[in-house]
Amino acid sequence: MPVDPAATGAAAASPAGRAPAMQHRITLTINGTRRQMEVAPWTTLLDLLREEMELTGTKKGCDHGQCGACTVLLNGQRINSCLALAVTKDGAEVLTVEGLAAADGTLHPMQAAFVEHDAFQCGYCTPGQICSAVGLLKEGHARSAEEIRELMSGNLCRCGAYPNIVAAIEQAMQQAGVAAR
Amino acid sequence: MPNSETHFGAPRSRVDGRLKVTGAAKYAGEFTAPDLAHGYVVSSAIAKGRITAIDTAAAEAAPGVLRVFTHENRPTTAWLNSSYRDEVAPPGKPFRPLYDAEVVYSGQPVALVVAESFEAARDAAALVRVTYEHAPHETNLRNVLAEAYVPPKERPGIDPPPNPRGDAAAAYAAAPIKVENGYHVAPEHHNPMEPHATTVVWEAGGKLTIHDKIQGAQNTQSYVTSVFSLPKKDVRVIAPFVGGAFGSGLRPQYQLFLAVMASLELKRSVRVVLTRDQMFTFGYRPDTIQTLALGADREGRLQAVMHEAIAGTSPFEDFQEVVVNWSGLAYHCDNVDLKYKLAKIDTYTPLDMRAPGAPLGMFALESGMDELAHALKIDPLELRLRNYAEMDQNTGRQFSSKELRAAYRLGAERFGWARRSHEPRSMREGRELIGWGMATGVWEAGMQQASARATLTAGGKLEVAIATADIGTGTYTILTQIAADALGLRMEDVTARIGDSALPTSPIEGGSWTAASAGSAVQAACYAVRETLLNYARRMENSPLANAGLDHVVFTAGHIALRSDPSRSVSFADAMRAGGVDRIEQEETTAPDKGNMAKFSPYTHAAVFAEVRVDEELGAVRVTRVVDAIAAGRIINPKTARSQIIGGVVFGIGMALTEESMLDHRLGRFMNHNIAEYHLPVNADIREIDVLFVDEEESKANPIGVKGLGEIGIVGTAAAIANAVFHATGKRIRELPITLDKLLD
Repeated sequence: MPVDPAATGAAAASPAGRAPAMQHRITLTINGTRRQMEVAPWTTLLDLLREEMELTGTKKGCDHGQCGACTVLLNGQRINSCLALAVTKDGAEVLTVEGLAAADGTLHPMQAAFVEHDAFQCGYCTPGQICSAVGLLKEGHARSAEEIRELMSGNLCRCGAYPNIVAAIEQAMQQAGVAAR
Repeated sequence: MPNSETHFGAPRSRVDGRLKVTGAAKYAGEFTAPDLAHGYVVSSAIAKGRITAIDTAAAEAAPGVLRVFTHENRPTTAWLNSSYRDEVAPPGKPFRPLYDAEVVYSGQPVALVVAESFEAARDAAALVRVTYEHAPHETNLRNVLAEAYVPPKERPGIDPPPNPRGDAAAAYAAAPIKVENGYHVAPEHHNPMEPHATTVVWEAGGKLTIHDKIQGAQNTQSYVTSVFSLPKKDVRVIAPFVGGAFGSGLRPQYQLFLAVMASLELKRSVRVVLTRDQMFTFGYRPDTIQTLALGADREGRLQAVMHEAIAGTSPFEDFQEVVVNWSGLAYHCDNVDLKYKLAKIDTYTPLDMRAPGAPLGMFALESGMDELAHALKIDPLELRLRNYAEMDQNTGRQFSSKELRAAYRLGAERFGWARRSHEPRSMREGRELIGWGMATGVWEAGMQQASARATLTAGGKLEVAIATADIGTGTYTILTQIAADALGLRMEDVTARIGDSALPTSPIEGGSWTAASAGSAVQAACYAVRETLLNYARRMENSPLANAGLDHVVFTAGHIALRSDPSRSVSFADAMRAGGVDRIEQEETTAPDKGNMAKFSPYTHAAVFAEVRVDEELGAVRVTRVVDAIAAGRIINPKTARSQIIGGVVFGIGMALTEESMLDHRLGRFMNHNIAEYHLPVNADIREIDVLFVDEEESKANPIGVKGLGEIGIVGTAAAIANAVFHATGKRIRELPITLDKLLD
């Protein structure tokens, strides 16, 4: 994990080789921890998480917003972090797959449902699916399997775990008290 | 004699599930090192020709850039073609990245920019200027069919078509019912969600730890040692998780070569990750053009089968897969002529993709069978039963087991096939035409030689280790189940270690052989541990097991107990103490039984039933229901097994309806090289998929009686869907994918 420069006064976490003038100071709350950091204007939130924060749970599948593997929750809303430049998210709260489980290790109900329903195989799209599903529940638009399928279609799964993903989300929805139609 | 089985056959959640849902599972491009540098690949803009100039000055001057590698400054690597051959290479001269100025396909890597950060490398890569001298290229298989040839050298492990039997041409001429047509499935790219990546961790002294996207860590290890002339002890490959592969990770790909080259040269750790575009710059499911002729008598009994396929391959390798042989063994027929040829086009070498060859050949055969049923006006399922193959006529051997009849029956029942009205266009709801189609699937139930180690500690913890992979198939979980049963342990007490070249020898994970191969090796190693443990227990003073053989005892809850009187037992810890050891380690190697292999043909079978709804005005096809009934021997884990089949069916739906790698022949390049334009099925495309496993006793294919499940789910699925589309619309589409333009014609 990068050192919090505000706390230690150490050099800011930044991609090496960049001119200091290009750096912008931003503050992000990532998985509950507030961090100040210097980022280049071209650094995406995804690359910041993966390359600078070593939060590799968030995946890069296409880097073009086509696959959903990089889905994180930004201020509670699901977004493709590959399409978000980190500098534009100053002050935001970011929740990644690493931040979903409770401090004691208890899985988030969505994570537990994914395990129980075997809603993944290789696991590479899984963090994005789970973050997307958590965002989906919060949006409150999905009430049926049909709607889950439609509203989860931005998250590709090449292993084809879709029926199990839908089953897992239905279970988590029921647990969250969202009535399925 | 097996211990009583608690876990084998039970639906267990994946043992690596927690790591995957918390983001803790690490994939090749996610390992890091303190001095990690990042490589970005520059791809060729032309399909054929030579590089006349490559200007890297601007890139080298860009901030953070460490080095730009091209063919001009590439460090010395092996010069023998054969040094680049990997475990599953087809005959030919493997592609050698940055070898010289020649460009042999579009997208070929022509430079690697290495920089301090990913962004710096990417930025500088755009500054590399390449000047080419074009040469005429040909990427259209249809233009080179006249030059098709029978591959002069067979690819190891790939059977060429069997010799013709009977007189197919004469029998076809004489047959009262004939269907003869051409079939085509579009080339496809694997597109695993994880792009190919390699992280090379360099240690002072030159030792490398390589994290590679590969379906077999030892294949990467032997490739690297051979290409870079490194001793085996200095190269360790660790690939615990693979973010999907579907065959794309069978052979080491160019990012591995580039990352290792840069690491050795710069003497630091290097990571190279391909972009999604670049995932279209190596192997793919080959363009394959087929013709099939079926002749039958008036009752539908096959009199003649003639099936020919011509597949595209690269200028430098003769890729081969089994496309037509299935037509000689799926049904009984005494007059069969099968041909398989290759023709060269200017692309990279094709690469095994989920059930390589089978869904292509079976699309033709199963479409043909449907056409035959329609011509005869009989139920397509009944036609299959009338032609049921009781033996493998390609080899003259009996099947090791074949419960396909049960699969047909149970699948049809579950689907409600009996309610089908056989006339096309006879079922509709509103403006949607409804179609029901079915097809047979078949795939080989292979086993390879493999070695595994089992280590039991006095504390009752068991570790099993083998260098195989888990590409999402569930290897970790099934090996844990098998090992736990062998010693009567809880799964929590067992750790499966895989994906590491330092572990006992395993073949690559592919061909649906891993459960049989790695599973049998792990069980054998655990049985060896059991035997040692019992020997120690028997030698104890006043041992209650003094005269007990393996048949007389059970291993349960950390004890060896007499089967006849479980109260008489010895704990694992006491037995080990008596033996003067605190751990028992055994390594065993298993291989297919030669006697059985000479007499029996092991195959997995499937009966696939599909329902489609076709919008009559728009031509849009939805697959609303699939039932796939599978005969695959014993099922180790019904939960992960079901997932494997669902995944295969989804692949089949993609093949049937959406997936198509489109070549722009003017540029000689795949033009839809991204996943917005290469259409993988998405969640909304997938409805009900019902998987059934029929009981099948298998005792010959391998010691644990299983048949692999990675491929069978796709075989026959596309054909069943195409047959359903015909049933819905009356239109026979012989070119996949069935996009709406083909239905609106």
